[in-house]
Amino acid sequence: MSRWERFLDSFFNAEVIAAYLPSIVDGFFLTIYLALLIVLAGIALGLALALVRSLQVRAINLLIVFFVDLLRALPPLVIILIFYFGLPNIDIRMSGFVATWLSLTLVLAAFSEEIFWAGILAVQKGQWEASRSTGLGYLQTLAYVVLPQAIRLTIPPLTNRTIAITKGTALGSVVAVAEILNQATTAQSFSGNASPLMLGAIAYLILFLPVVVLGRWIETRFAWRRQ
Amino acid sequence: MTATGNGHVMLRVRDLRKSFGDLEVLKGVDLEVVDRELVFIIGPSGSGKSTLLRCCNRLEEPTGGTIEVDGVDLLARDTDINAMRRRIGMVFQSFNLYPHMTARGNVTLALRKVLRKPRAEAEAIAGEALAKVGLADKRDAYPSELSGGQQQRVAIARALALEPKIMLFDEPTSALDPELVGGVLNVMRDMREAGMTMVVVSHEMQFARAAADRVVFMDEGVIVEQGPPEHIFAAPAHRRTREFVSEIQRH
Ligand SMILES: Nc1ncnc2c1ncn2[C@@H]1O[C@H](COP(=O)(O)OP(=O)(O)O)[C@@H](O)[C@H]1O
Ligand SMILES: [Mg+2]
Repeated sequence: MSRWERFLDSFFNAEVIAAYLPSIVDGFFLTIYLALLIVLAGIALGLALALVRSLQVRAINLLIVFFVDLLRALPPLVIILIFYFGLPNIDIRMSGFVATWLSLTLVLAAFSEEIFWAGILAVQKGQWEASRSTGLGYLQTLAYVVLPQAIRLTIPPLTNRTIAITKGTALGSVVAVAEILNQATTAQSFSGNASPLMLGAIAYLILFLPVVVLGRWIETRFAWRRQ
Repeated sequence: MTATGNGHVMLRVRDLRKSFGDLEVLKGVDLEVVDRELVFIIGPSGSGKSTLLRCCNRLEEPTGGTIEVDGVDLLARDTDINAMRRRIGMVFQSFNLYPHMTARGNVTLALRKVLRKPRAEAEAIAGEALAKVGLADKRDAYPSELSGGQQQRVAIARALALEPKIMLFDEPTSALDPELVGGVLNVMRDMREAGMTMVVVSHEMQFARAAADRVVFMDEGVIVEQGPPEHIFAAPAHRRTREFVSEIQRH
């Protein structure tokens, strides 16, 4: 066998691909499902925390900052392992799926809270004052004047962060979540062939490349004319 | 003395005090502005002029004293501050237009969300207000597409559309290139002629001479003296006023 044939046989072996494609496809859809749940819950929670923080209640803000910093400092895998292997010791049990979802949701919430908060702060004080001086309330000002401006500022960093964290769904493979990487490594050890890993890589590309492109599009779409 | 109508007091400030931490910025200010009056406030930078205006719609919370607008105690617990604020127009040095909305959007926001006007009615009112400031043709322009003078006129229209009882101007022309100042002052002159009650912090002396009923000189958190423009500018009674007036006349 030539070197080229050996390469094809190890990485793109037709038989192995045919045998394990269905399980990779299953993993693909599970990953999409998990990623969507993380993005929805993480960004919603992050925005909610940033809004609470804007109320400027000192004790609550200290608490938010503490947890946000904690979650940003810990490697996500450590959090997943604590939830999955640690919490059962105090009789809190969750599946690997839930442990992965919860961990990454919290991490995304922490990062997006910081991003939203920075966006809210970046809106000039004069915008609040102009709006309040015409009789709009605090929440109305936030909703119609401040957030539309803040969110435009947050789109680029938020997109990047969201992509980075949803790729972390691969960590679920460690706690037996049957997502792409888990399916691929299982298939790889059964078949003794690297083709499933290539399939997994392709699945990730199919999943995330459009998201990266979409992020770029949103970025230009949301950048409004400024002086 | 004043070109006022019925002498009804529109704004009454009594013994107003405001501190930022240890810094006392307003040290007991008394000011009355009657219906249709145009009062000019001058004074050195840091003397508390902006703080005084900002207390008058509670963008700053006074530390002491009372403020009444059209007979309503602005600082009372049961006063609906948002309802009061829409009757107190405020124009800022830095315009503060909403950059993500067109000129018309800037004007209609409060009409729709505070006064709950239907869209068509709000847009009709906004159209009128923009026409009053000479910008009927700019209603679909974003702030970034307007000159500073045009932006400030949109900001005036935004306040005017809410039919305020009194308008507060905080250095409305000092961020503008000289050639754009006239357009804003013309709008203010029209408003005065239409009978608007106005308090204007500004150093536009010529405009003050031509249009102000009264000029108030503030220094270090107190009103040092006040009177008709010809009196304050030509024959001030206090040394500090004299020094300040000759200082700004040199520029
Ligand atoms: N939010 C604030 N916090 C602390 N100090 C302030 C604040 N706003 C104004 N000051 C201070 O109050 C004084 C008066 O300010 P201001 O009313 O803006 O004066 P003016 O408009 O006459 O220039 C200044 O010394 C200023 O630094
Ligand atoms: Mg000022």
